[in-house]
Amino acid sequence: MPEQKVVDADWLLLEAPRERKFITGAQAMAEAVKRANVDIAIAYPITPQSEVMHLVGDIWAQGYLKDYYRAEEEYGAMSAIAGAVRGGARAFSATSGPGLLRGIEAIASWPGHRIPAVLGVLTRVVNAPLSIQPDNVEIAYLLHCGMVVLHAENQQDVFDFTLASFVISEKVDVYIPIAVCTEGFFVTHAKGYVNMTPEDMKLPPRDPYKAPVPPTDCEIPPARIQRDAPVQKSNFMSYLIHAVWQQEVWASNRRAMKYIYKYLGGPIEVVNPDAEVFIVASGCAAAQGREAVRYAQLEGLNVGLVKVKSIRPFPEREIREVLSKAKAVIVPEHNIVGWLAKEVKASIPDNDKVIGGPRVYGGMTLPVELIMEKVYEAFGIKKEKKVVV
Amino acid sequence: MKRYNIRIAGVGGQGVVTSAHILGNAMSAAGKYATLVPFFGSEKRMAPVEAYVRVSDQPIYEVGEVVYPNVIMIYHPQVITHGKSYTMPFYSGLKENGLVIINTDVDIIPEEDWAILKELNTRVYMFPATKLALDIAGTELATNMAMIGLFFGITRLVGFEHIEQAVRERFLGNTFVASGGTTALDSAIEKKFKKKMELLEKNMQVIKEAFRIAEERGWVEEEALTA
Repeated sequence: MPEQKVVDADWLLLEAPRERKFITGAQAMAEAVKRANVDIAIAYPITPQSEVMHLVGDIWAQGYLKDYYRAEEEYGAMSAIAGAVRGGARAFSATSGPGLLRGIEAIASWPGHRIPAVLGVLTRVVNAPLSIQPDNVEIAYLLHCGMVVLHAENQQDVFDFTLASFVISEKVDVYIPIAVCTEGFFVTHAKGYVNMTPEDMKLPPRDPYKAPVPPTDCEIPPARIQRDAPVQKSNFMSYLIHAVWQQEVWASNRRAMKYIYKYLGGPIEVVNPDAEVFIVASGCAAAQGREAVRYAQLEGLNVGLVKVKSIRPFPEREIREVLSKAKAVIVPEHNIVGWLAKEVKASIPDNDKVIGGPRVYGGMTLPVELIMEKVYEAFGIKKEKKVVV
Repeated sequence: MKRYNIRIAGVGGQGVVTSAHILGNAMSAAGKYATLVPFFGSEKRMAPVEAYVRVSDQPIYEVGEVVYPNVIMIYHPQVITHGKSYTMPFYSGLKENGLVIINTDVDIIPEEDWAILKELNTRVYMFPATKLALDIAGTELATNMAMIGLFFGITRLVGFEHIEQAVRERFLGNTFVASGGTTALDSAIEKKFKKKMELLEKNMQVIKEAFRIAEERGWVEEEALTA
């Protein structure tokens, strides 16, 4: 491994020279970890995530990380991440679908314990019948944990979001974990071009004393609320402590927004802001949405795209502004429940213009042609269908 | 050019996936764009195999299997005659004004399917790729080379030199070092290298012949697709 030089975080994220590589999404995530001065990574294998933690294991073997091990299962892995971060380390793990749900009791307690960890979530079907394909319904389970949830469209996003997440999560006014989600296989196992910062530069190490509540001893929170849990006090103490603590977690979540602007160019990306009809999508569905905008252009239809990068904090104000004049809103998704459509509907006043779908589930591909059917519906165009399916 | 969304259907052992990679790499060598769909099924010899490639001179964002192709390449007649296909009929999802290239000696398309293909304004090119592979390379394993040779022969999306670069990368890799250490090792590597060079040469001859056939039969259409 090359000798890595510590450089300023802002400079690394915003100004450092970049080199273009053709790599998989799993490689992009590991390459971000390589440049993030991570102390420890804790793994538990599950398809399609295994590739990521395997590659992180490789870079540990090369000397980029101080420690790495395979935990007993996800509950153990995610609990150990909390322990490592509480101990002052910068920590990383990644999981998929059923693994995420197995670890979610521990994960859901990270924000309340003020654990600034970064978790890769490489989506996979979670429910029966068993499948390994990239359905993304698991993201819905993360939305109410208090953590920041980012959704990457492609390999470049995976690199950028992961590297920036280490910086954002450790900001004193944020100090909660971040999940970097992307679709399994479609992104993790497919190659794309990624502009990466130099391999011989890394973020400054974590400074555990730069925290909203420095972990000086067990007599003050957050350590104290674990040792000396409010549940052991009177009911009224328990209500109060939990309430103020969770208010602060969600306020921290909202405060992450300014850093999402600073490091990721904002929580949304808008293509064709003057469009009549908008596609609102996140993750891989945004890539399909981009193509639908191109198809629509070829047919002379004025369609735009809102790519949602940050699901938590959810960019309600930004989305409301962009969609204020839209005639219709199409929300394509890779899951059956339509969690993004629900978020969008909750953010705008005239939400009867939201067309939920198209939705594909079980991890199947989301053809652009399906999105186009909704586009035609929005414009009131009747198409004669010749294609045999 | 706009976008070519290609579905390749063949049977296990024909190098369907390998040639999809070569097709994509040839586009990349020509400074254009290509994406491949990663493969995560389980395949076996003579069982149906599909691969998907998207190529363009503009960036490609779309992911996933090509459900609505505008190019279909059939590497084995059994895809049609025995229904060895993930999707039936073999032209399922085919868009209007598309291309279909079939490896066959005789017309194997049933009459009712012909009617639909004509309705969709499809250009169908039937071509004995396996026969060409046997005649020129002496092995039917070069069938896939004949198929991508014909595809590029028709569309002229890349030059012959770009295909050669992609085939070379596939067979020799990018990092071949002839001198590795001891003399014995050198000679072993050279022997292996020589065999690879012969394979490469034969494959290129098959591709060249497919190019020639496309030209001879008047099949070249440089702006084949516009959507």
